[in-house]
Amino acid sequence: MVDQTRSSDPESWVDQYGDYLFRYALFRIRDPQVAEDVVQEAFLAALQARDRFTGLSSERTWLAGILKHKILDYFRKTSHESCVDHEERVTQNLEDQFDDQGHWKTPGIGPKEWDEDPSKSLERKEFWDVLTRCLAELPPWHARAFSLREVDDLSGDEICKVLNVSATNLWVVLHRARNHLRRCLENQFMGR
Amino acid sequence: MLSCQEITLLVSESLDRRVPLPQRLAMRLHLLLCKFCSRYRRHLLFLRHAIRRHPDRLGGDEDPSVSLSPDARERIKRSLTREA
Repeated sequence: MVDQTRSSDPESWVDQYGDYLFRYALFRIRDPQVAEDVVQEAFLAALQARDRFTGLSSERTWLAGILKHKILDYFRKTSHESCVDHEERVTQNLEDQFDDQGHWKTPGIGPKEWDEDPSKSLERKEFWDVLTRCLAELPPWHARAFSLREVDDLSGDEICKVLNVSATNLWVVLHRARNHLRRCLENQFMGR
Repeated sequence: MLSCQEITLLVSESLDRRVPLPQRLAMRLHLLLCKFCSRYRRHLLFLRHAIRRHPDRLGGDEDPSVSLSPDARERIKRSLTREA
């Protein structure tokens, strides 16, 4: 019987989990070279912490947790660079949805009615492919902020520290990110 | 009265922090009256619900065309052997 409270042989980790962790790191960091380095750091940290693997979660989940910490470290280290693209190209401009008075431009621009039960779409691979593509269209620092908030469930204060930004900036960036994702999802998935 | 453009920012902010009472009341009133902003809020809540329920499905974790390069694979294996 396999002892589930012990991790498997570290040398087999790379073949078993390397691609999965790399895809995740690349999705969050967007630079293949850096993603490889961060995956390597995560494996080495896991090796050091091997005795602390309790078997409460799967080995893959345990390794993914360590990788997420390494990704946060990378964001912290490079936060001064992430501020550079504050005045970014926003993929679809916020303002073009509203008229001079700030009301939704109609017809066609205001949010449409989605399926009665959009939760059914969560089971479809296409939904996640579209959402992943929409997220990739965001400027890197918007995507970082959004993922820290919604994927990692960090508080605003925590994200401000990691990304080294003011709260006011963060609210606006999260708003822009959500606005783009909502619209992108509507155009490419929900509205079809 | 606040415009739809201002309300969409408040709707998003309310997902991240406690918005001050006057703005919160203005937002609630606006949402009662405006079907577009009210949809907008529903959609953002759905987005949050989707990702929090399935955080692992975002990022194309099943795409086999994206993988560690052979070089990186070897390098990482070597470093693990060295440190083991």
